[in-house]
Amino acid sequence: MLLKGKNRRSSLLANTTRIKCASSYWLLLFVRAEVSDTVDMSRPMYCDRLDIPLPDKPYRDVLTDAEESLKQKEKGPWSQLSREEKIALYRLSFCQTYAEMKKPTGEWKTVIGGIFFFVGFTGLVVWWQRIYVYPPRPRTFDPEWQAMQLQRMLDMRVNPIQGFSAKWDYEKGQWK
Amino acid sequence: MFRAVVRLSTAGTRGLVRTRPSCSAPLASRCFSHGKVETDEEFDSRWVTYFSKPDIDAWELKKGMNTLIGYDLVPEPKILDSALRACRRLNDLASAIRILEAVRDKAGPHKDIYPYLIQELKPTLTELGISTPEELGIDKL
Repeated sequence: MLLKGKNRRSSLLANTTRIKCASSYWLLLFVRAEVSDTVDMSRPMYCDRLDIPLPDKPYRDVLTDAEESLKQKEKGPWSQLSREEKIALYRLSFCQTYAEMKKPTGEWKTVIGGIFFFVGFTGLVVWWQRIYVYPPRPRTFDPEWQAMQLQRMLDMRVNPIQGFSAKWDYEKGQWK
Repeated sequence: MFRAVVRLSTAGTRGLVRTRPSCSAPLASRCFSHGKVETDEEFDSRWVTYFSKPDIDAWELKKGMNTLIGYDLVPEPKILDSALRACRRLNDLASAIRILEAVRDKAGPHKDIYPYLIQELKPTLTELGISTPEELGIDKL
Protein backbone atom coordinates (compact mmCIF):
# COMPACT_ATOMS: atom_id res chain seq x y z
CA MET A 1 0.00 0.00 0.00
CA LEU A 2 2.81 2.40 0.95
CA LEU A 3 4.76 1.67 -2.24
CA LYS A 4 1.65 2.07 -4.35
CA GLY A 5 1.05 5.43 -2.69
CA LYS A 6 4.61 6.65 -3.32
CA ASN A 7 4.49 5.67 -6.99
CA ARG A 8 1.21 7.42 -7.42
CA ARG A 9 2.63 10.49 -5.68
CA SER A 10 5.60 10.83 -8.04
CA SER A 11 3.40 10.57 -11.12
CA LEU A 12 0.98 13.09 -9.71
CA LEU A 13 3.84 15.47 -8.93
CA ALA A 14 4.74 15.45 -12.61
CA ASN A 15 1.26 16.68 -13.49
CA THR A 16 0.26 18.95 -10.62
CA THR A 17 1.74 22.27 -9.56
CA ARG A 18 4.30 22.38 -6.76
CA ILE A 19 3.02 21.05 -3.43
CA LYS A 20 4.41 22.50 -0.24
CA CYS A 21 2.36 21.12 2.62
CA ALA A 22 2.46 17.44 3.52
CA SER A 23 -1.28 17.15 4.07
CA SER A 24 -1.96 17.77 0.37
CA TYR A 25 -0.18 14.46 -0.34
CA TRP A 26 -2.93 12.57 1.48
CA LEU A 27 -5.52 14.78 -0.20
CA LEU A 28 -4.13 13.75 -3.58
CA LEU A 29 -4.29 10.07 -2.67
CA PHE A 30 -7.96 10.23 -1.80
CA VAL A 31 -9.29 13.10 -3.90
CA ARG A 32 -6.91 13.08 -6.90
CA ALA A 33 -7.55 16.80 -7.28
CA GLU A 34 -5.27 19.60 -8.50
CA VAL A 35 -3.69 21.53 -5.63
CA SER A 36 -3.45 25.27 -6.24
CA ASP A 37 -0.26 27.25 -5.68
CA THR A 38 0.40 27.77 -2.01
CA VAL A 39 1.63 31.19 -0.95
CA ASP A 40 4.59 31.43 1.39
CA MET A 41 3.15 33.77 3.99
CA SER A 42 6.39 33.89 5.96
CA ARG A 43 7.83 36.24 3.34
CA PRO A 44 6.78 39.85 2.72
CA MET A 45 3.64 40.01 0.62
CA TYR A 46 2.23 42.60 -1.72
CA CYS A 47 -1.16 44.14 -0.99
CA ASP A 48 -3.30 46.87 -2.52
CA ARG A 49 -4.76 48.81 0.39
CA LEU A 50 -5.79 52.42 0.70
CA ASP A 51 -4.33 52.62 4.21
CA ILE A 52 -1.02 50.96 3.29
CA PRO A 53 0.34 53.09 0.45
CA LEU A 54 3.74 51.37 0.32
CA PRO A 55 3.40 47.56 0.59
CA ASP A 56 6.16 45.32 1.94
CA LYS A 57 7.44 44.39 -1.47
CA PRO A 58 7.06 45.72 -5.03
CA TYR A 59 4.45 44.15 -7.22
CA ARG A 60 6.92 42.94 -9.82
CA ASP A 61 10.09 41.39 -8.45
CA VAL A 62 11.44 39.60 -11.47
CA LEU A 63 12.15 42.15 -14.17
CA THR A 64 12.90 41.80 -17.84
CA ASP A 65 16.04 43.39 -19.28
CA ALA A 66 14.10 46.38 -20.54
CA GLU A 67 12.62 46.90 -17.09
CA GLU A 68 16.02 46.54 -15.49
CA SER A 69 17.43 49.26 -17.73
CA LEU A 70 14.46 51.45 -16.87
CA LYS A 71 15.23 50.93 -13.20
CA GLN A 72 18.80 52.03 -13.89
CA LYS A 73 17.49 55.14 -15.64
CA GLU A 74 15.42 55.81 -12.52
CA LYS A 75 18.65 56.39 -10.61
CA GLY A 76 19.29 59.49 -12.71
CA PRO A 77 17.26 62.69 -12.86
CA TRP A 78 13.55 61.90 -13.00
CA SER A 79 12.83 64.82 -15.29
CA GLN A 80 14.54 62.82 -18.05
CA LEU A 81 11.94 60.07 -17.79
CA SER A 82 9.06 60.21 -20.21
CA ARG A 83 5.45 60.04 -19.09
CA GLU A 84 5.14 56.42 -20.24
CA GLU A 85 8.34 55.46 -18.43
CA LYS A 86 7.06 56.97 -15.19
CA ILE A 87 3.79 55.07 -15.56
CA ALA A 88 5.76 51.89 -16.30
CA LEU A 89 7.85 52.39 -13.17
CA TYR A 90 4.67 52.89 -11.15
CA ARG A 91 3.13 49.71 -12.56
CA LEU A 92 6.30 47.74 -11.75
CA SER A 93 5.98 48.62 -8.09
CA PHE A 94 2.20 48.64 -7.75
CA CYS A 95 -0.62 46.55 -9.15
CA GLN A 96 -3.58 48.92 -8.80
CA THR A 97 -3.71 52.68 -8.61
CA TYR A 98 -5.78 54.33 -5.89
CA ALA A 99 -8.49 55.07 -8.45
CA GLU A 100 -8.64 51.38 -9.39
CA MET A 101 -8.75 50.35 -5.75
CA LYS A 102 -11.65 52.70 -5.08
CA LYS A 103 -13.58 51.72 -8.18
CA PRO A 104 -17.20 50.86 -7.34
CA THR A 105 -17.74 47.14 -7.63
CA GLY A 106 -21.44 47.07 -8.41
CA GLU A 107 -21.82 44.53 -5.65
CA TRP A 108 -25.00 46.25 -4.55
CA LYS A 109 -26.74 45.03 -7.69
CA THR A 110 -25.93 41.44 -6.75
CA VAL A 111 -27.16 42.04 -3.22
CA ILE A 112 -30.48 43.62 -4.26
CA GLY A 113 -30.97 41.01 -6.95
CA GLY A 114 -30.31 38.25 -4.46
CA ILE A 115 -32.76 39.77 -2.01
CA PHE A 116 -35.51 39.96 -4.65
CA PHE A 117 -34.78 36.44 -5.83
CA PHE A 118 -35.07 34.90 -2.38
CA VAL A 119 -38.11 36.98 -1.46
CA GLY A 120 -39.71 35.81 -4.69
CA PHE A 121 -38.80 32.22 -3.96
CA THR A 122 -40.28 32.57 -0.49
CA GLY A 123 -43.45 33.93 -2.08
CA LEU A 124 -43.71 30.83 -4.25
CA VAL A 125 -43.23 28.62 -1.21
CA VAL A 126 -45.98 30.47 0.69
CA TRP A 127 -48.33 30.19 -2.29
CA TRP A 128 -47.71 26.44 -2.54
CA GLN A 129 -48.35 26.13 1.19
CA ARG A 130 -51.65 27.99 0.85
CA ILE A 131 -52.79 25.50 -1.76
CA TYR A 132 -51.43 22.22 -0.39
CA VAL A 133 -50.75 22.67 3.33
CA TYR A 134 -53.43 24.97 4.79
CA PRO A 135 -56.46 23.11 6.15
CA PRO A 136 -59.93 23.97 4.76
CA ARG A 137 -61.24 27.46 5.60
CA PRO A 138 -63.11 27.41 8.94
CA ARG A 139 -66.86 28.09 8.67
CA THR A 140 -66.52 30.72 11.40
CA PHE A 141 -65.13 33.09 8.73
CA ASP A 142 -68.38 33.06 6.71
CA PRO A 143 -70.34 36.33 6.85
CA GLU A 144 -73.51 34.50 7.92
CA TRP A 145 -71.72 32.83 10.81
CA GLN A 146 -70.15 36.18 11.80
CA ALA A 147 -73.61 37.78 11.88
CA MET A 148 -74.98 35.01 14.10
CA GLN A 149 -71.88 35.36 16.33
CA LEU A 150 -72.39 39.11 16.63
CA GLN A 151 -76.07 38.68 17.56
CA ARG A 152 -75.13 36.10 20.21
CA MET A 153 -72.55 38.47 21.72
CA LEU A 154 -75.14 41.24 21.94
CA ASP A 155 -77.70 38.86 23.47
CA MET A 156 -75.10 37.82 26.09
CA ARG A 157 -74.43 41.50 26.85
CA VAL A 158 -70.66 41.11 26.28
CA ASN A 159 -68.81 44.03 27.99
CA PRO A 160 -71.98 46.02 28.64
CA ILE A 161 -70.43 48.88 30.69
CA GLN A 162 -67.64 50.27 28.53
CA GLY A 163 -66.93 47.72 25.80
CA PHE A 164 -68.82 45.90 23.10
CA SER A 165 -72.51 45.89 24.11
CA ALA A 166 -72.24 49.37 25.62
CA LYS A 167 -71.89 50.68 22.07
CA TRP A 168 -75.12 48.97 20.90
CA ASP A 169 -78.39 50.83 21.30
CA TYR A 170 -80.83 48.07 22.37
CA GLU A 171 -83.94 50.25 22.02
CA LYS A 172 -83.27 51.29 18.47
CA GLY A 173 -81.50 48.08 17.44
CA GLN A 174 -78.43 49.78 15.95
CA TRP A 175 -74.96 50.95 16.85
CA LYS A 176 -74.81 54.12 18.92
CA MET B 1 -11.71 68.93 29.10
CA PHE B 2 -8.84 69.27 26.70
CA ARG B 3 -8.14 72.86 27.76
CA ALA B 4 -7.98 71.70 31.41
CA VAL B 5 -5.41 69.06 30.50
CA VAL B 6 -3.32 71.68 28.69
CA ARG B 7 -3.29 73.95 31.76
CA LEU B 8 -2.45 71.14 34.17
CA SER B 9 0.49 69.75 32.21
CA THR B 10 3.91 71.27 32.77
CA ALA B 11 6.85 72.25 30.57
CA GLY B 12 6.40 72.81 26.89
CA THR B 13 2.79 73.90 26.99
CA ARG B 14 3.10 77.10 29.03
CA GLY B 15 1.60 80.03 27.25
CA LEU B 16 0.00 77.79 24.67
CA VAL B 17 -3.20 79.32 23.41
CA ARG B 18 -5.61 76.97 21.82
CA THR B 19 -7.79 79.11 19.59
CA ARG B 20 -9.48 76.17 17.93
CA PRO B 21 -10.61 72.79 19.23
CA SER B 22 -7.65 70.66 18.26
CA CYS B 23 -9.56 67.42 18.21
CA SER B 24 -11.49 68.54 15.13
CA ALA B 25 -8.69 70.26 13.18
CA PRO B 26 -8.05 68.37 9.97
CA LEU B 27 -4.33 69.03 9.69
CA ALA B 28 -1.74 67.50 11.99
CA SER B 29 -3.24 67.54 15.47
CA ARG B 30 -3.67 64.80 18.03
CA CYS B 31 -5.64 64.34 21.20
CA PHE B 32 -4.53 62.67 24.42
CA SER B 33 -6.49 62.13 27.58
CA HIS B 34 -3.40 62.23 29.84
CA GLY B 35 0.27 63.07 29.80
CA LYS B 36 2.17 65.78 28.00
CA VAL B 37 0.44 66.88 24.82
CA GLU B 38 2.60 67.06 21.72
CA THR B 39 2.00 70.25 19.77
CA ASP B 40 1.35 70.27 16.04
CA GLU B 41 4.76 71.80 15.43
CA GLU B 42 6.52 69.11 17.47
CA PHE B 43 4.64 66.42 15.58
CA ASP B 44 5.56 67.95 12.22
CA SER B 45 9.22 68.44 13.05
CA ARG B 46 9.48 64.91 14.39
CA TRP B 47 8.27 63.51 11.09
CA VAL B 48 10.34 65.88 8.99
CA THR B 49 13.40 64.72 10.92
CA TYR B 50 12.41 61.10 10.40
CA PHE B 51 12.25 61.39 6.63
CA SER B 52 15.29 63.68 6.45
CA LYS B 53 17.65 60.98 7.62
CA PRO B 54 20.36 60.98 4.92
CA ASP B 55 20.81 57.19 4.82
CA ILE B 56 17.16 56.30 5.26
CA ASP B 57 16.45 52.84 3.88
CA ALA B 58 13.50 51.57 1.92
CA TRP B 59 11.96 49.79 4.88
CA GLU B 60 12.08 52.94 7.03
CA LEU B 61 10.44 54.94 4.27
CA LYS B 62 7.66 52.37 3.90
CA LYS B 63 7.16 52.06 7.65
CA GLY B 64 7.11 55.82 8.11
CA MET B 65 4.65 56.43 5.29
CA ASN B 66 2.31 53.62 6.29
CA THR B 67 2.31 54.86 9.90
CA LEU B 68 1.77 58.47 8.83
CA ILE B 69 -1.15 57.50 6.59
CA GLY B 70 -2.58 55.52 9.49
CA TYR B 71 -3.02 58.71 11.53
CA ASP B 72 -6.27 60.65 11.41
CA LEU B 73 -4.77 63.66 9.64
CA VAL B 74 -3.41 64.88 6.34
CA PRO B 75 0.35 65.45 6.65
CA GLU B 76 1.71 68.97 6.30
CA PRO B 77 3.49 69.84 3.05
CA LYS B 78 6.85 69.99 4.81
CA ILE B 79 6.52 66.38 5.97
CA LEU B 80 5.60 65.27 2.46
CA ASP B 81 8.48 67.30 1.08
CA SER B 82 11.02 65.43 3.18
CA ALA B 83 9.31 62.13 2.35
CA LEU B 84 9.55 62.87 -1.39
CA ARG B 85 13.20 63.77 -1.00
CA ALA B 86 13.72 60.46 0.81
CA CYS B 87 12.17 58.72 -2.21
CA ARG B 88 14.66 60.57 -4.39
CA ARG B 89 17.58 59.37 -2.27
CA LEU B 90 16.22 55.83 -2.62
CA ASN B 91 15.72 56.23 -6.41
CA ASP B 92 12.04 55.31 -6.01
CA LEU B 93 9.77 57.39 -8.24
CA ALA B 94 6.84 54.98 -7.94
CA SER B 95 6.69 55.47 -4.17
CA ALA B 96 6.76 59.24 -4.61
CA ILE B 97 3.72 59.11 -6.88
CA ARG B 98 2.03 56.67 -4.51
CA ILE B 99 2.55 59.09 -1.62
CA LEU B 100 0.75 61.83 -3.57
CA GLU B 101 -2.13 59.45 -4.30
CA ALA B 102 -2.31 58.45 -0.66
CA VAL B 103 -2.56 62.00 0.70
CA ARG B 104 -5.22 62.83 -1.85
CA ASP B 105 -7.19 59.85 -0.54
CA LYS B 106 -6.54 60.91 3.07
CA ALA B 107 -8.18 64.27 2.44
CA GLY B 108 -11.41 62.38 1.77
CA PRO B 109 -14.35 64.63 1.02
CA HIS B 110 -12.34 67.83 1.63
CA LYS B 111 -11.49 68.51 -1.98
CA ASP B 112 -9.55 71.71 -1.30
CA ILE B 113 -6.74 70.10 0.72
CA TYR B 114 -5.01 68.22 -2.09
CA PRO B 115 -4.72 71.20 -4.49
CA TYR B 116 -3.25 73.19 -1.59
CA LEU B 117 -0.68 70.47 -0.95
CA ILE B 118 0.28 70.28 -4.61
CA GLN B 119 0.57 74.05 -4.76
CA GLU B 120 2.90 74.03 -1.76
CA LEU B 121 4.92 71.09 -3.11
CA LYS B 122 5.15 72.42 -6.68
CA PRO B 123 8.78 73.68 -6.30
CA THR B 124 9.86 70.31 -4.92
CA LEU B 125 7.98 68.38 -7.59
CA THR B 126 9.57 70.33 -10.40
CA GLU B 127 13.00 70.18 -8.78
CA LEU B 128 12.90 66.42 -8.38
CA GLY B 129 10.99 65.78 -11.60
CA ILE B 130 8.06 64.04 -9.89
CA SER B 131 4.86 64.02 -11.94
CA THR B 132 1.58 64.16 -10.07
CA PRO B 133 -0.88 61.30 -10.58
CA GLU B 134 -3.10 63.75 -12.47
CA GLU B 135 -0.33 64.55 -14.95
CA LEU B 136 0.22 60.84 -15.55
CA GLY B 137 -3.50 60.17 -15.86
CA ILE B 138 -3.54 57.45 -13.22
CA ASP B 139 -6.00 59.31 -11.04
CA LYS B 140 -8.72 58.24 -13.45
CA LEU B 141 -9.77 54.72 -14.23
